Amino acid sequence: MILDRFFIDLGNRVIAFLYFCGGLANLAFQTVFLVFKPPYKWERIVEQFKKVGYDSFPIVSLVALFIGFIFALQTAYFMQRIGSEIYIASMVALSIVRELGPVITALVVAGRVGASITAELGSMQVTEQIDALETLATNPIKYLVVPRFLAVSLMLPILTVYANAIGILGSYLICVLKLGISSTMYMTVTFESIFYKDLLTGLFKSWIFGMVIALVGCYEGFNVRGGAEGVGKATTSSVVISFIMIIAADCLFTALFYFILP
Amino acid sequence: MIEIKEVRKTFGDHLVLDNLSLNIQTGSTCVIIGRSGCGKSVLLKHIVGLLNPDKGKVFVDGKEVATLGEAELNALRFKISMVFQAGALFDSMSVAENVGFSLIEHTHVGRKELLERVEESLCLVGLCGVGNLMPSELSGGMKKRVALARAICIKPEVILYDEPTTGVDPITADSINNLIRSLHDKLKVTSVVVTHDMKSAYQVADRIAMMYNGKIIFEGTAAEIQASKDAVVHQFINGHSKGPITETIDNFR
Repeated sequence: MILDRFFIDLGNRVIAFLYFCGGLANLAFQTVFLVFKPPYKWERIVEQFKKVGYDSFPIVSLVALFIGFIFALQTAYFMQRIGSEIYIASMVALSIVRELGPVITALVVAGRVGASITAELGSMQVTEQIDALETLATNPIKYLVVPRFLAVSLMLPILTVYANAIGILGSYLICVLKLGISSTMYMTVTFESIFYKDLLTGLFKSWIFGMVIALVGCYEGFNVRGGAEGVGKATTSSVVISFIMIIAADCLFTALFYFILP
Repeated sequence: MIEIKEVRKTFGDHLVLDNLSLNIQTGSTCVIIGRSGCGKSVLLKHIVGLLNPDKGKVFVDGKEVATLGEAELNALRFKISMVFQAGALFDSMSVAENVGFSLIEHTHVGRKELLERVEESLCLVGLCGVGNLMPSELSGGMKKRVALARAICIKPEVILYDEPTTGVDPITADSINNLIRSLHDKLKVTSVVVTHDMKSAYQVADRIAMMYNGKIIFEGTAAEIQASKDAVVHQFINGHSKGPITETIDNFR
């Protein structure tokens, strides 16, 4: 009896997961197709760029600065023991540009923007505004998803470049003002340790994370059922799923780049 | 003409429409009545292509809705407007932007003509000069009337009303009924009104169809439904708490 229930529950979960994967893939294909299909309403796209990008700069600045501080201090803990403080600069720079910058920015944007996309579209869904759009001969994916998809996927790499710079600045402040490393030496080591491929692989991951955040946010919003409670649940699951998918995609692409671009 | 032929629709295990058939003549006002949750709104959504039947067909002007491509479906949706139960106004837009949405998105009308059309539609529903307000600043009745203005702004041939008088005071309900009637008379539109408000049904209907257990169990004029000897129809239109409809529910419990 208990075993039966376990397998039924497991089966239902597998079906729900496959349903989610199919729905997300379907939304992704339709969105990419519609991205290349004119006409474009630029004012709506620019509005989303502002909401996603410009409005995220303060929180990204704060988080990236703290990450720079923390990472410099944690690295210094070990480097001081082996008398190699100067390598803090290269370790911090590489870690931030290749990994921490893209991932932390994506997580911040998933929490701030992904949640807001789901809540907004979810509220529209439960108040029949999305049905109303359709009856007004307007494709909801073209009207609602495409501008958000473009905004998040294109603004996230820009935010990441900015977060990289702020993170390195945070580490620079700790190393120069606290640990006594010379400013010129810090900058020289930092720029010597970063290659274009480090920056580009990080930005490629950011672009993928941006697509994930926008698609998961919109998909969860479109599938809200049951009023305000449903909007709350969908918003939570949008953030959780985005976080998991960002980490999973990061793992996949980091491994891929490690073997393809050693 | 709208033809609904043996439409069946289920949601999970719940059978909502059970081989339902109904014809609505061009230029007439058909009121569909039935208990809350009996599938009236689901039926409306089939007419405008928001839902597709599991079985059966829905034809509008001879074209089967479920088989239309995107362009044809959009063309159909320019002919059919729907007024949603709670208005479904876009809350990020002003009243004027809501009313003129289709014109802004799908036509190249100039700003002057757009504003004129929007104001004309708002005045038709008795809301001249509210274009600059946001939906959050409107009362429930005003939202319904703005939704109606949005529906008529594109000059449709068919208007579908989903419970237009639910949740508004009796005076507003009466003015909405008059509005539906006058739009029908002035614009010669085909109207399909879903309601469980019998006063409203008698006031606006050319014909009334009653839904029960996923089927149309009665179709006729207001006088004919009032004279009906069917126990289910009789219980519903007179609003009795005891009768075959509630007996079925009690037995089920």
